[in-house]
Amino acid sequence: MTALDLADLTKSYPDGGAPTVRGLSLSVESGSLTALLGPSGSGKTTVLKLIAGLLTPDTGDIRLGGRSIRDLPPEGRRVVMVFQNPLLFPHMTVAENVGFGLRMRDVAPNEVAARSAAMLEKVRLVGLGNRRPVELSGGQQQRAALARALVLEPEVLLLDEPLSSLDASLRDEMRALILDLQRETRVTTLVVTHDQTEAVILADRIALMLDGRLVQHATPEVIYGRPVTLAVARFFGGVNFLPGRAAGGIFHTSIGPLVLPTGVTDGPGTLTIRPEAVRLGPGREARPARLVSCTFLGTQTRIELDLAGTRLQALTTPEALRGLAPGQEVGVTLPTAALWVLPEV
Amino acid sequence: MRGNALRLFAGLALALWLVLPLVPLAIWSVAHGWRFPDLLPQQWSGNAWAYAFSPGSGVLESLGLTVFIATATTVLAALVGVPAGRALGLHEFRGKGIVTLILIAPAIVPGIAVALGLHGVFLRLGLTGTVGGVILAHLIPVIPYMTLIMASVFSSFDTDVEAQARSLGARPVQVFIHVTLPAILPGLMTGALFAFLVSWSQYLLTLSIGGGRVQTLPLTLFTFATSGRNDVTGAIAILYILPGVLILLFTARHLTGRNQSLAARVGA
Repeated sequence: MTALDLADLTKSYPDGGAPTVRGLSLSVESGSLTALLGPSGSGKTTVLKLIAGLLTPDTGDIRLGGRSIRDLPPEGRRVVMVFQNPLLFPHMTVAENVGFGLRMRDVAPNEVAARSAAMLEKVRLVGLGNRRPVELSGGQQQRAALARALVLEPEVLLLDEPLSSLDASLRDEMRALILDLQRETRVTTLVVTHDQTEAVILADRIALMLDGRLVQHATPEVIYGRPVTLAVARFFGGVNFLPGRAAGGIFHTSIGPLVLPTGVTDGPGTLTIRPEAVRLGPGREARPARLVSCTFLGTQTRIELDLAGTRLQALTTPEALRGLAPGQEVGVTLPTAALWVLPEV
Repeated sequence: MRGNALRLFAGLALALWLVLPLVPLAIWSVAHGWRFPDLLPQQWSGNAWAYAFSPGSGVLESLGLTVFIATATTVLAALVGVPAGRALGLHEFRGKGIVTLILIAPAIVPGIAVALGLHGVFLRLGLTGTVGGVILAHLIPVIPYMTLIMASVFSSFDTDVEAQARSLGARPVQVFIHVTLPAILPGLMTGALFAFLVSWSQYLLTLSIGGGRVQTLPLTLFTFATSGRNDVTGAIAILYILPGVLILLFTARHLTGRNQSLAARVGA
């Protein structure tokens, strides 16, 4: 079931520049965790503010459970946005912060207290309810901000870069907490992030935004293996691009013909393969290549290969490279299942 | 040790410098005749205070009127200064420099020029000789202080916190009461205290616009001072400096200690 529907949203700012959001359509499944991914300045935060009602779209519609919420004020939507910074109200205690939204809705004081306390327990802030926000660490503040939103039991939760203001050590903890709470509450969640690794780990589905437009909305696996454009492939760390032409299930390139998976239409295009899918060593399909360079990355090694004058990058384990040195010949296999052809743009 | 002694000496010197001129006033208010070259009066008396507090003298009435005018001026200045300061502090717009200049102009232009110009306008509007007219006139030097203080408060205010409150379900009025107001309160208090004192100490504007019919405390004080009643003058003068002293004590206790940035804000 679709919970949230964005239909052809456009938003420009009065500075006269190009629209920040351009004709964006996106359907978010009920109970899913979707990442809205894009480089900074791609209009992600603007989309969240449009859904939250903090900005009004120039054109287009926003529907929640089939009903348009476009003209409702923020407090009239069952949507809560959590900003990038925790933005706790400094003059209130942590518990008062968590109960803020309930108090604004005139919920009875004892119910506010009970629900705030229960929520503080869920985000593991038991015993810190009477502290002031300044007395909390950055991670604790972020958790309090999350509790303050979740206690309202919204239909849609919008998180703007929830991990970016945290130290690396706290990120994993916060990420796990978001995943746990989302699984438990099944609240439809849209997370804005600029970090593709974060999007992949957090989300069921990724909506990729480039220059104010939605370019692909799919599972992380599909976006990795079958990007719709060169820009998507590049954003997800794609480095191997071979121009050529598909004809009858064979792709003709500068390194010779390659057998394609079924379903590729004939015509000019760009063949891509993830660096981690490139296989080294002898084999029936192996082609001769020269090892150009090796860069040790820790658990993996990035290598550069020269196949008849064409450069390809591959990620491999240090073990697979044992006994090999730059300048030596090595067999390279590009498995058919890992090949993907981008239409010529 | 030497540093402490120096600090103590500086503190004492400052206290004496501020308090010493007030001592003769206090003595006058309880003196019964005090002639040169006597160090202290020959006789003491509570007559001046009794007179000041008696209904016939008009001093209490004048005190009440001054409190009313200063309070009304402060409230009105806040109603204008908070939104105006918000616009100046948060937004960049065309002509902002000119707006700021016009705002501070009354604080730069000599008071007598403002008073004379204003008198002509208020006369035509029928506002001279009324309390309302005096309050309006007081707003001219008060609003710039209030607006500039609020502009400096809002320049370090993050409006995202208001957006966050709205998304959490607060209506615009609730956002102002529960989120914005507590955040700007220290600055607003400073502005209000300034506004109150500036209105409290107006002499020229009250005299020219009030035309003698709006008798605030500084006017009453001046009347007694020129009539040679040094004892009553002393008593009224003590009453007159009271709010200043109270506000000084209040700011020292509540504002400067708790909010370090306040000094910087007032300075700006």
